[in-house]
Order: sequence, then structure tokens, then C-alpha cells
Amino acid sequence: MSPWYYNIGDFVIPSDDKRRGLDLTETRVSSSDIIKRRVGLLARFTEFMSEPQPSSPLLSAHALCKSFGDVQVLHNINLSVQRGQVLALLGENGAGKSTLVKLLGGYEQPSSGSLKIAELEGSELQTVTDWDHRSAESHGVVLIHQELNLAEQLSATENIFLGNELKRGVFLDQARMQELAQGYLKTLDCDVDPTQPINELPVSVKQMIEIAKAYAKNSRVLILDEPTAVLTAKESEVLFRLIDKLKAEGAAIVYISHKLEEIERIADRVVILRDGELVGDYDAKELSKDDMARLMVGRELTNFFPATPAPSPASEVVLEVIDGQVPGVIFNASFELRAGEILGFAGLVGSGRTALMEAIVGLRSFSPSTKIRLRGKEIRFSNLAAARDAGLAYLTKDRKECGLLLNMNLPINFSLLSLHRFSNGLIDQRKENTEFLAAVETFDIRAKDLNINAGNLSGGNQQKLLLAKTMAAEPSLIIIDEPTRGIDIGTKSQIYHFISELAKQGHAIIVVSSDMMEVIGVSHRVAVMCRGHLAGVLEGEEIEEHEIMRYATGLKTQSDQGEEKRA
Amino acid sequence: MPPASKHNQTKVRKNVPSKKFPIATDFKTLGPFLALVALFIIGIFVNEAFLSSGNLTNILARSSFIGIVAIGATFVITAGGIDLSVGSMAAFISGCMILIMNSLMDSIDSLVLLIILAIIASAFIGAAAGLINGLLTTKAKIEAFIVTLGTMGIYRSLITYMADGGTLSLNFTVGDVYSEVYYGVLLGLPYPVWVFFIVAIVGYVLLNKTVFGRHCFAIGSNEKVALYSAIHVDRVKTLTYVLQGVCVSIATIIYVPRLGSASGQTGILWELEAIAAVIIGGTMLKGGYGRIWGTVVGALILTLIGNILNLTDAISNYLNGAVQGIIVIAAVYLQRGAWQKRPS
Repeated sequence: MSPWYYNIGDFVIPSDDKRRGLDLTETRVSSSDIIKRRVGLLARFTEFMSEPQPSSPLLSAHALCKSFGDVQVLHNINLSVQRGQVLALLGENGAGKSTLVKLLGGYEQPSSGSLKIAELEGSELQTVTDWDHRSAESHGVVLIHQELNLAEQLSATENIFLGNELKRGVFLDQARMQELAQGYLKTLDCDVDPTQPINELPVSVKQMIEIAKAYAKNSRVLILDEPTAVLTAKESEVLFRLIDKLKAEGAAIVYISHKLEEIERIADRVVILRDGELVGDYDAKELSKDDMARLMVGRELTNFFPATPAPSPASEVVLEVIDGQVPGVIFNASFELRAGEILGFAGLVGSGRTALMEAIVGLRSFSPSTKIRLRGKEIRFSNLAAARDAGLAYLTKDRKECGLLLNMNLPINFSLLSLHRFSNGLIDQRKENTEFLAAVETFDIRAKDLNINAGNLSGGNQQKLLLAKTMAAEPSLIIIDEPTRGIDIGTKSQIYHFISELAKQGHAIIVVSSDMMEVIGVSHRVAVMCRGHLAGVLEGEEIEEHEIMRYATGLKTQSDQGEEKRA
Repeated sequence: MPPASKHNQTKVRKNVPSKKFPIATDFKTLGPFLALVALFIIGIFVNEAFLSSGNLTNILARSSFIGIVAIGATFVITAGGIDLSVGSMAAFISGCMILIMNSLMDSIDSLVLLIILAIIASAFIGAAAGLINGLLTTKAKIEAFIVTLGTMGIYRSLITYMADGGTLSLNFTVGDVYSEVYYGVLLGLPYPVWVFFIVAIVGYVLLNKTVFGRHCFAIGSNEKVALYSAIHVDRVKTLTYVLQGVCVSIATIIYVPRLGSASGQTGILWELEAIAAVIIGGTMLKGGYGRIWGTVVGALILTLIGNILNLTDAISNYLNGAVQGIIVIAAVYLQRGAWQKRPS
């Protein structure tokens, strides 16, 4: 059997004891259970305390706690980050992962507890003082944030060396920086002109530049907070290879992601956080994806995708798009949608799905030849307000930039789309508040304090708030663009249930998603877009991953589909 | 879900947000009021004359011009814009009013009717000037700073041209009747103070209690989110400039009878004082949060500083602008809370 160690801080015990202590098949765990179990475990730990530690930790956390105001978000976290190891942090939104890595990276200060770092390779851990991100970086601990921190007007080279510019005398050594930057970018398979300002570059390339920036700092501990959220599968693979390389060079990697396949691919160790507590620390080899999901959520995920009865053929056609064209983006898209139906929109990034949806709700203009019929009546919206008044709602995929006012409180965000309903000249704040509280209940928006701003909610709860905001406008047709981007698995399932429930109530729903499982799991029919064309609409048995990919990549088109049907 | 969070939810019910607007009542809110009180106390010690009713009404009346303009500016700034043209605009509107009254004096018998006509014209010119600023910003997509810097130069030059480099004076017969608007008193307070008070209340309701005000906050906070929330962003932004123009016009209507003249020097640096009053009052310059009562207090603080300098020999009255400048910078520094945490 391979050595199986269970680490909490400095304690190390063999796996058998661990197995007895924390049962993988356990379905429901409350914090009090965890404490009880901890006490039991501790007793067993002490027997093994004298054993030497097998690998050398670079950075360790001891009894870290963090509170924001009265709200404690991290409880007594003990963690050590080892050289040559990829440690994956798993947990639902709001479990405290981002806060924990911010503490490690020096972007937040712990309320109590301490951090220790090995000054040199293999040297003793020493408690750090004044741990801010500068001193963290000087110790080789670099955090790459979920939100990118790049200077948009500067070039890739300038960004990579920002704050660490190379100089020759008093002047910048442009040539050398250029050369080095080129090298870093090449390592990352990132084909970009290092002298070009980065503001025009796609976000995935920016992410690569951010990683190059960390790489240039010779980081010994690289902390990545959802780095692949904006990367394509191919780009992610490049990143994984880089991670393997850094690992081989003896760096430690702390990795946060909701994508369990990735964790399986790169992680050596998996640490699970739940409600701000560290509830498990496992060897990655011992965990299946299902184990991870279950441990994260703390319960079984039954009917992840709820079954939604298909609409009867007699149900009303709510929306018809005939020959949808948006100059330069959409060339041909025709489809119809019935009441009670969930129509998925699949396709590769950039296939024009979002543009099509934005055109339907009046955020873009269709060509004059396009016909839109709403319940049989031809209609065209010149702005979102007109679409909203006709009962259409569009839920943006970009909740931070387009969806929510992050520095405003929750009720204001809730009512923003439907403010006209709350006003007879003056805003009826009592009504606003009552409906908001009802929506908190309905959509299970969880915040320890409802007075916080939207920006302080976790991603999943932001998404629920956005859903509540959209539904406050009482739409009959709802277009949801990427309903679960960047949110945890438990909340995902919850959102699928909301969508299903809305369809059962007779709402017509479009779900645009790049997550194949999601499109397949929630939709009655799936429309696939490819380079601005609606390549095909799949039904029943046809809805299957390979078939969708064939349409999405242009291997198959609508005419093929027709022929197949005749045959 | 773990039972822990259910628990938190029930706890939450009690401290639910309500009528209050987002930012907590703390130093940021109280700061301007404390500063006002402090200045007031300083005033009492500096000179006995400070507390005389004449001086106090004078402070209030003088605050009203900047105050009214600043209330308009609160909307523009809250929605993420800026209007630098208000001082020149005030001078230009003054000139127009005087020219209209002087030229129509012979054709209209009733002086009151003549004045009302000039007031209506003033409101139209103000609204139109605001509309121009607004449309150039929203439709022509030019930065508000550039648009209003341009119109600031245009109006300043127009008034100088209209006055032929000198001073436009209101006819004395009309001036005598019109002066009631500035010097008249109701319940012990001059009319301008009442106007200021009414504009402030209307402004407060508009900003905090209506859809329009909420939309200003949303646009200033994040224009794209506002757009995706079915808000007519361009329309609301343009309206803030129109509102600013109307506020300038109201200020001008009560300002003209004070001196009965207009020149290239009228309304100089009003834009600075108006923006200063807004910022001292706690409205965020980058938009997204505005406070009418803060602006009112800000205007009072600025006037109070000038008044105290007038009443004391310690600092020359000529340094009024310098003291105001220091106060503005200090106010922003304190608001940012930069003194609380070290920069990271």
C-alpha cells in the first residue's frame, strides 16, 4: 500500500487510523460532529507525534482564524504546504477558500493564529511577522487572484515585470526584460506580442500573463485561485504542464477549482473546507470525483439534475426567431420555444450564443430581415426595458461586470431591474424589503448578515441574488446565460432545481451554457451554435455529448440532420 | 445543508436592512456635521459679531447660491459625471436675464411680469445648457470632463462678449422691484435661504426616494450593470445635467438681484466650490453614492470658512481659497479612511 498520511498541521498519522476517524461514506456532517471527531482523532494523533515528518513543508498555517466584523469565516485552520506537491483546496462557495489563500498570500491579515515559513530550502519553519503580500512575494509566496490584477494599458512585458523592473544603472533594461518575457510566454505556449498593450487581448491570454508574472518572480509557493475559469481546455492543459514542471522543480502549488476533473488531474493532496472549517485532508489518489463532491457538500447529491416534464405539444409557442442575423456575429439562427420548455444553447466560446440572446432582448440590433415573434405577434425590442415590459428577462453570464452592483446592498440589487413595480412616484421601500426577504427565502440566498453589499456574497449566492433580481421583474420568458459559472456543485444543483421549477410553472426558458453536462442535464431540447450559425437542434436521444460536439465544431450541420431523419 | 446556516438565517431576520441607504452611519456620515459644529464653535470664539443674527442670516443666504448649484452637482457626480461649466453658465444666464429685462422693459408695463418672464427664460436657458452638456456626454460619447471644460470656456467667453468686456447692469427701476427676491424676508429668513431649503428637500426626495435617484446611484456605481438592468442610462445621465442646469438657473435667479449686474467675473470658481461642497458632504467623486444633506452641510462649511476669515485678523481674507482648498483635500483624505490602514 502506498504511504497514506493524514496531516493536520504538524500531526501525521498513517491512513488506517484516518479511515476509522473520518468515514468517507458519511453523508451528513455538522460542525459539532467534526469537533467531537477531532477530539477523538487528537488522542490518536499524539501516539504518532514522535514520528519524523516525511516531506519538508514550505509554508504552514497554525490555528488560523479570520473574522470580518462579527462574522467568523475561518475557524482554526491548520495546514502545511509541502515542496513538490500540488495541494487542492476544495469547498463550496463561501466555504472560505478564497479567504484562506488571501491569508497565505498576505492580502488579508488573520484575526488570530500564525503562519510559518521555511526561509531557505529545508530550513526550519519560522513564524512570520508583518505578513503582507510584498513580504509574501519576497519569500516566494505568490497568489494569483480570481480577478485578474493587470495594468490594462501596459504591455505583457511591462506587466510581467511590474514592480520588479530590471534596471541598468538608472534606466530600465528594456531589451533584457523583453527577452525574458518572451521566454516565459513561450514556456506557457502563449503566442502574444510582449510589446502590445494587453487591453485588447482575450481574458484567457491575460490569465497566462498573470501566471507568467508569478513565474517570473521565482515563486516557491504558487497559489492559484480558480485559474481555469477563463481558460479553454487546451489552455488549461498548458497550465497543468507548467504546474507539473514547477512541482518537479520543488515548488509548492495551492490550487482552487470547482472543476473536479482538474483536481483529479493535478492534485497530490486534497484539503476540504466546509463553512470555514478544515474538514478533511486526503491523498488525492484515494479520492474519486464523487468522494470529493460528497465531502465538499457534506451530503449525498441525489437527483443532481431534476427531471422536468416535457411541455405538451399543444403548449403555446412563446418565442419564434426566424432568420436571426446580427451583422458580423450571427448569420443564421432560427428556432422556437414553447411555454414550460427548457431550451439549451450549446456551442464553443465565441460561437455567438450570447450575441444572439442579447439581440433578442434588445441589447444588440438584429438585421432588418430578422423576424421575432412573441406569442405569434411580430415584435422587435430596441432596449432591454422594452423587452422586460414584454415579459422577457436576460440573466447575464458576467455577474460581476454586468449583473450586480457589487458595492451596493442586497435589496437595491434585488429590485434594480423591476424598480417600476415598487414605485408610485416614490419608491415603496417597505414593499421592496418585504419582497426581498421573500426572495431570500425562495432562492435560499445565504448571508450571515443581510446588510452586506452584493460584492461580499459568495459566488453562488451572488448568482442566486441575480436570479432573484431577474425573477422580480416577473418575466414569462427567461434567458439564462451560463447559470452556474464559477459556483460550487451544491449550489449548482440548487439552481437546476430552480430552473426546473420555473419551467414547471409554465415559464419558457433558454439556458446558454458551455458546460456540456449542464446543457444535457437541464434541457428538453438543445440548440447548438457554430460560428454564428445555429447548426442544429437536438431532441431526445440525440442529446448526447459527441453529437453536440459534432455540431459545435462544424462537422455536422442542420442539413445533415434533415437527411438523417429522412433516412 | 449544515444546520449551522439555518441558524444564521434566523438570526439575520432581526437586523434586516430597511429604509436606510447602504453605507453605514459612521464617521463618514457624521464627519461633515462634526466639522460644521467645530467651525461654528471656532466662529463663536473668534468674534462676538459671529453670533449676531445679521451675520448668521448672511452666512445662510450666501451659502444658498453654491448650495443650490451643489445640489445639482450631487446628481451629476452620483451618476458618475462631472460638470465644470456651472460657474460660467451662471454668469451667462445672469447676462441673458439682464439683457432680456433691459430690452423688454419698454414693451412690458408690469415689472413683475417682466421679471417672471426673465425667470422663465432663465430656467429654459439653464435646462438647455444642461441638455447640451448631457447629450454631448451621452450621445457624442465625449468625456464629461472635456465637454464641460469646453462649455465652461464658451459661456465665460459669451458673457464677456455680451458685456463687451465690462459689466452688464440691470436697469434700476427693474432692479428695485427684483431686489425683493434677494433681500426679502419670510419668518425671519431671507428668501434665498427658503429657496435653498426647498431645493434641498426636493433634491433629497428625488435622489433617495425615487426611481430616478436610484438609477443615478446604479449608473454611478456600474454603468454596465445599469444597462443590463434595463435602465435608460443615457436618458438618466442627460437628465442629471439638465437638473444641474436648472439648479444653476435657480441660483442665478436669486443671485442677479443681489448685485444687479453681470460681468466676466460673475460666478468665477463656482464650479470649484460646488464640487467641493459635494465632496466635503461625503458624495463619492467616482460616483455611486451621493448625499444631499452632506452637500448642504458642505456648502455651509465653505461659507463659514470665508466668514470666519472675514471676522478674524489671524489669517488674511485673501487666503480664503487656500483654506477652502486645504479643507477639501483633508475632507477627502478623511473619507477615504486612508488614515485608518496603511496602504498595501
